[in-house]
This record gives sequence, structure tokens and C-alpha cells, in this order.
Amino acid sequence: MASKKELQVTQKRELEKKEETTIPARIFVPNADIYETKDGLNVVLEMPGVDKSSVDVRVEDDVLKVDGKLDFSKYRGLQPLYTEYNVGHFSRSFRLFGKIDQSKIAAELKDGVLSLMLPLAEKAKPRAIQVN
Amino acid sequence: MIMGFADPFDTLLDLQRSLEASLASDWLQDLTTSRGPFPPINVFQQGDDILAIIELPGVSKSDLQIEAKENTIRIFGKKNVDYPEEASLHRRERVSGEFDRTLSVPVQIEPDGIKAEYRDGILALFLPRAESDKPRTIKIS
Repeated sequence: MASKKELQVTQKRELEKKEETTIPARIFVPNADIYETKDGLNVVLEMPGVDKSSVDVRVEDDVLKVDGKLDFSKYRGLQPLYTEYNVGHFSRSFRLFGKIDQSKIAAELKDGVLSLMLPLAEKAKPRAIQVN
Repeated sequence: MIMGFADPFDTLLDLQRSLEASLASDWLQDLTTSRGPFPPINVFQQGDDILAIIELPGVSKSDLQIEAKENTIRIFGKKNVDYPEEASLHRRERVSGEFDRTLSVPVQIEPDGIKAEYRDGILALFLPRAESDKPRTIKIS
């Protein structure tokens, strides 16, 4: 019994925008996990409701930027009765340390979770040196 | 309930967590507060029918169960967060665990007409209002 962990609601964080936006929609910061394996950096982001075609991932000047756009047309004509969470687009950026092989970035979207695999560039990979 | 003594801190923290959860949940008061147990639910009206939209990112379809009874809907399951072996964790914000939530709607619903759609981490529950519950216009003769 003690090992069962009950899930808690994590409040959505709104993005502190650097620039002003021209659209009235809210933008939230998706929850993220970052871990490193020997092949590269993995970034996992939770973006519920974001469809495969509305995800934009880019690396520019060592900054990884992920944007997920939500389709609000599904909410048209719906009368809210009771609400517990807000909906909006998702956006988050990370400054990368270490060189990434940009041409080999892999992305997968499953159940509202975006998994990014950023492979380290060849020269940045740790190399084992044989002692003769 | 017998608790193991493997990690007393874990047990203590779990106790604290569940105490906090009971304070944070809205079962004590009948108010439409924006705080409730996991998962967060938005309820909409679509014509005569009810549409509940629930955010469940990272929950796979096979780990999600839905039960309907009279005018209540129970949503329960678990959320797994896995990491490969030999991975060094830099940031951890996603949480795993179990959830169990029952939603009651103020109208009678047609249990056979309930439709559930799960896509991109969003569960949409379409709850049709029972014919017997719909208001009827009465003609004056």
C-alpha cells in the first residue's frame, strides 16, 4: 500500500514572454524531463492536445525551442459549465551545452508527450582511449 | 493496512501527501473551485449533452479505464514515466502515479450513448442527456 503514489495536479505555468504576442491565446510552459544517455540528450515534454503537425522544434544558436500549437476550433460552440484547467499553446526553450548533430534530431509524439532525441555531434562524444 | 518499515520517510511523506490532497480536493465543499484531484477536468455543455475534456498526457490508452453508472463517471488508471537504464537525469518535472476520480453530472445520462475518445493525451467524454431528462414542451389544448 505504501508504494502506491497518488497523482496530484500540477498547476500549469504560464510562459513569461520576452516578446509581445499578436494573438490573444495563452501560452504555457510544458512540463519537461531531460536526461542524457551515451548517444545524446533526451528532452521529453508534455503537451496534451497538440497534434503531430502543430509541433515546431528548432535549434538555433545552441538554443532548442519547442512550440506546440493547439487547435481551438474544437472548443467552438461549447458552453463551459465547470472548469479546472486552462488551455493554451505550449512553448519552451532550453540553452544547450555541448554540440548537437542537428541533422539527426528525432522527434516522437505519443499520447500528448513529445520525446526529442538530440544526438551529440561526433566530436563531442566521449571516447574511450585504449591503453597499450 | 500494514505498512512496511523499509523506508519510514517514504511512508511519512506519503501520509503527508495524502493529508494535503484531502485538503486540496473539493470533496469537503460543494463549490466550483478550480482545484480538484488529478486529472483536471473541464466540463462543457454541447446543446443538450455534456462534454467532459480531461488532460492526461503520458497516459497510454491501455492504462486508462472508464466506468459509467447512473449519472457518475469514474476515470481511473495509472501514468508511467520511464527512463532508459544508464541515463543521467538532468531535470525531472513529469510525475508518475495512480489516479481515480469520479465525476457526477447534474443530469441523467444515457449510459449506452456514452462515447470516449482519447487522442494526443486528451480524453473527451461525450455524455448524452437521457431522453427522459430532457425538458418537454407541453401544448395547451
